[in-house]
Amino acid sequence: MKYVDEFRSPQFLKGQLEKIAEFPLSARFMEVCGTHTMAISKAGLRPLLAPKIELVSGPGCPVCVTSAVDIGRALALAEMPDVILATFGDMMRVPGPKGTLSQAVSRGAAVQVVYSPIDALELAVSHPDKKVVFLGVGFETTAPTVAAAVMMAEERGLENFYVLSLHKLVPPALKALVEMEEFSIDGFILPGHVSAIIGSQAYAFLPEDYGVPCVVAGFEAADILLAIYELMVMCRDGAGLGVEYSRIVRAEGNRKALEVMHRVFEPADADWRGLGVIPGSGLQLREEYCAYDAGAWGVTSPEPIKDSGCRCGDILCGKIRPSDCPLFARSCTPDEPFGPCMVSTEGTCASYYLYDYAEGEGINPPHQHGGE
Amino acid sequence: MCLAVPGKILELGEDESALIEIGGVKKRISLMLVDDARLGDYVLVHAGFAIEKVNGYEARRTIELFEEIAKLDGTA
Repeated sequence: MKYVDEFRSPQFLKGQLEKIAEFPLSARFMEVCGTHTMAISKAGLRPLLAPKIELVSGPGCPVCVTSAVDIGRALALAEMPDVILATFGDMMRVPGPKGTLSQAVSRGAAVQVVYSPIDALELAVSHPDKKVVFLGVGFETTAPTVAAAVMMAEERGLENFYVLSLHKLVPPALKALVEMEEFSIDGFILPGHVSAIIGSQAYAFLPEDYGVPCVVAGFEAADILLAIYELMVMCRDGAGLGVEYSRIVRAEGNRKALEVMHRVFEPADADWRGLGVIPGSGLQLREEYCAYDAGAWGVTSPEPIKDSGCRCGDILCGKIRPSDCPLFARSCTPDEPFGPCMVSTEGTCASYYLYDYAEGEGINPPHQHGGE
Repeated sequence: MCLAVPGKILELGEDESALIEIGGVKKRISLMLVDDARLGDYVLVHAGFAIEKVNGYEARRTIELFEEIAKLDGTA
């Protein structure tokens, strides 16, 4: 496959791993994005780089950072008799206070898994007697596609298409993270596809105001190793903002996609699992588009159970590793997930369970607790 | 969830749509979020939309960098 296969050269990987091994510096880097987490685990990079480079996973899986209360709201919408809830498949098994969307389906709720927001639009066309609510989950990569669907609905005069916007923005979350007292990350591997939309300049504040080295990376193992080396050089020579993924990411981002996103949505406070409410870190429909806003229906959720033992919140901030959670690989597995990080295919716990933990190397299995 | 893959534009359709090919699979997507994508261009596809064009020049530069490092290893 063009623009994929060329980035998988084993010779390069070997050469680059040696360069990293010879560099006189140890560091702890965070891969912010869930797609990076999965790519790193799948390629087996964590044990290859440890102990010199520790890779910590961040809050970059949209499914995982959706709060339990917001899952509860989506579920309450799905249970309304005249509603069809359309969602990306990842959301089906995320537990909220009253269970998962999958469980709601077994109780008779109408939930349809879709690949694209356009599919949800078509669902509204083919079910004129129903209200079709699209569950808008995702970062800046996804929000423009949902905004585009809202604009298409307007153009086509569709009156039964709605969005529950749970979209979140990456830069405000990173700001909240670096301002945490216990923040101890030497550099960020920044998300490639969020950056395709917002542009690398959106992170300039991280090296400039906080002195944190940053590199925007692509998703092949080779991309990630190049980014790690660049971060190591920055740790030695001074923080900067690098773009390894220059075949996709421009400094200014994709202006057209940003225009569409900003036309339909405006920033709003959002509740992140693990990080709490972060000002201006979410997106809500602008007043001009309020007719499409299912969030304005006043649907509420019961409060989640406290002290369930689930440590997803700490894992999402990079405070602990999955194996430090008492539930990991015991009462929480990909087959029977308890927390969202084990549900999503790109969740930190699912990635570690499927690859790092199963390999039994590098990362502590749950019976050997390692100190942070 | 931010997974996106490069696909080649095979046909330009109405309403800013296009038929693309990703690793042998053909799919209709929207070009509404990118500026002047042309026949034969590679675009990055996410959730039924092209979200950016692939910059062929930059892709080749990165590949050249890989090749240089692979040569340093001496096994290439």
